[in-house]
Amino acid sequence: MTTDTLKIADKTFKSRLFTGTGKFSSANTMREAIIASKSELVTVALKRVDLENKSDDMLVHLNQEHINLLPNTSGVRTAKEAIFASELAREALQTNWIKLEIHPDPKYLLPDPIETLKAAEELVKLGFVVMPYIHADPVLCKRLEDVGVPCVMPLGAPIGSNKGIKTLEFLEIIIEQSNVPVIVDAGIGAPSHAAFAMELGADAVLVNTAIAVSQNPIDMAIAFKMAIEAGRMAYNSKLAPIKNQAEASSPLTSFLNDLN
Amino acid sequence: MSFKHTFETYNWDALEKEIYEVTAQDVENVLLKEKIELEDFKTLISPAAKPYIEQMAQRSNAITKKRFGNTIQMYIPMYLSNECQNICTYCGFSMDNGIRRKTLSDAEILKEVEYIKKLGYDHILLVTGEANKTVGVPYIKHAIDLIRSQFSNISIEVQPLDQEDYETLISAGLYAVLVYQETYHKATYKTHHPKGRKSNFDYRLDTPDRLGKAGIHKIGLGALFGLEDWRVDSFYTALHLKYLQKTYWKTKYSISFPRLRPHLGGLDPKVEMTDTDLVQLICAYRLLDEDVELSLSTRESETFRNHCIHLGITSMSAESKTNPGGYSVEPESLEQFEISDERNTEQIKQMIQSQGYEVVWKDWSKSYVAVH
Repeated sequence: MTTDTLKIADKTFKSRLFTGTGKFSSANTMREAIIASKSELVTVALKRVDLENKSDDMLVHLNQEHINLLPNTSGVRTAKEAIFASELAREALQTNWIKLEIHPDPKYLLPDPIETLKAAEELVKLGFVVMPYIHADPVLCKRLEDVGVPCVMPLGAPIGSNKGIKTLEFLEIIIEQSNVPVIVDAGIGAPSHAAFAMELGADAVLVNTAIAVSQNPIDMAIAFKMAIEAGRMAYNSKLAPIKNQAEASSPLTSFLNDLN
Repeated sequence: MSFKHTFETYNWDALEKEIYEVTAQDVENVLLKEKIELEDFKTLISPAAKPYIEQMAQRSNAITKKRFGNTIQMYIPMYLSNECQNICTYCGFSMDNGIRRKTLSDAEILKEVEYIKKLGYDHILLVTGEANKTVGVPYIKHAIDLIRSQFSNISIEVQPLDQEDYETLISAGLYAVLVYQETYHKATYKTHHPKGRKSNFDYRLDTPDRLGKAGIHKIGLGALFGLEDWRVDSFYTALHLKYLQKTYWKTKYSISFPRLRPHLGGLDPKVEMTDTDLVQLICAYRLLDEDVELSLSTRESETFRNHCIHLGITSMSAESKTNPGGYSVEPESLEQFEISDERNTEQIKQMIQSQGYEVVWKDWSKSYVAVH
């Protein structure tokens, strides 16, 4: 069995499952599920934590050596707000990693591509490792790459929807064209969705709702871990080609054998 | 353009007739649909849908969990003043009620805040009556300035204001405004609000438009149940919600469910809304809209609140005092209305946790507002 690691900026990850901290029934359940998932990158909404308080419940529960915190800017509506929030996070959490989420629409939480590109460019200049949450837009991915982001995070379906990989056609183009890791960020509702994303060649997936809201978040976290490992291994082993039609029993070109 | 134009294309009596003529078959058809629309909302709040309440509750529970997770957001109201120049037939602060009037001073506000912070709250709702000379925009802005450093999230429930006033308050750190139409029945509205600026139905009706234009983060809507038929009033509220979501798409919305509670000089509800009715309504809102916040105050009873956590409710208050200074300054002064669930914050927290939900104190960062 071969395993390969994922490198983003200065960090190397053994796990290709990134997780979130929202929607859990308690901080303890969140902690146990995240530990069980073996995830090494965990995103946390700045608006949910008290940056001035070292004993903030969520931060205390995530204080594990192997867990890297990835603050996110959920709640901001503009590039300006995102930059301000990122600087606060960098200072308070001692990390220059930021998950850039700018969704001015509070209903479907769909990312604003224009503000995201603007903010990404500025944040890269300010020395941040920027992980942008975006639509599955191949052109936007290339534009973000140009301004120096170390990865892109296109959505599979609207965030929290659990609908799976609805943006398949565009994700395939993004994966084909990208020079930076592609992390499928939203919409993954089942381990099979995650395995599918990995088989397509995604470098990692981020899962939160599907784990947090399940009846047994710890087992579900393990199920996702296994699915992602399976998907990655299948991708590396090259899937056998899909045959769209059966081989004809009366071939049309066999007469050529007689002629040659 | 404003909501008034949309509002005027509907007729109260026609809506009432439609809602009361819904059949069981209509309800079953709607419940088979994946996407519930505004027209379907009429069906779900109809008397015919009452036997389907369990089915609605199960669906509401699942949708709410998916969108909001296993969490309940906590907030607390803080009454700043009971001065009021309006006559509202159902309200304890009505101008014609001979109660002692009180507006909190800076020191009193800070004393109340100190008490509230000890309870753990980080989202606060400031409430006043309507007394423009003493409790106008400058007073409200000053109160926000005074407490801003201590709360992540500040909302107000005060008289309707002009767009520029909202802009002033938003740049001072205001996050949300709650403004209930009370009733969308224009004639009944006039009866219950005979005097004062509140008697202007149209100005109140277009308040959420002014808030949307000012760029507020969240608008809270609702009708006061008891004044009119709750079904028709709720349809109008849902219509208002859908209009606002399309027009001011960057704003979040919440719905509250105030039912008339006893108070001094009180009014008996014209139309009673039972607990079953209220559950039906909560579920209908959730089926109509996956994302709208649904809030339940201490007006409701212990048992009712314990169960509503599973039915679609996403935020709650606890230990509320509805009199200015009620927490620490003047605990004995007259309340706007009596609350029903009198458990303290710790008890509510434990009740929520024991049902497998996490209590969320903080879900906003004031730094997002500080940028402008």
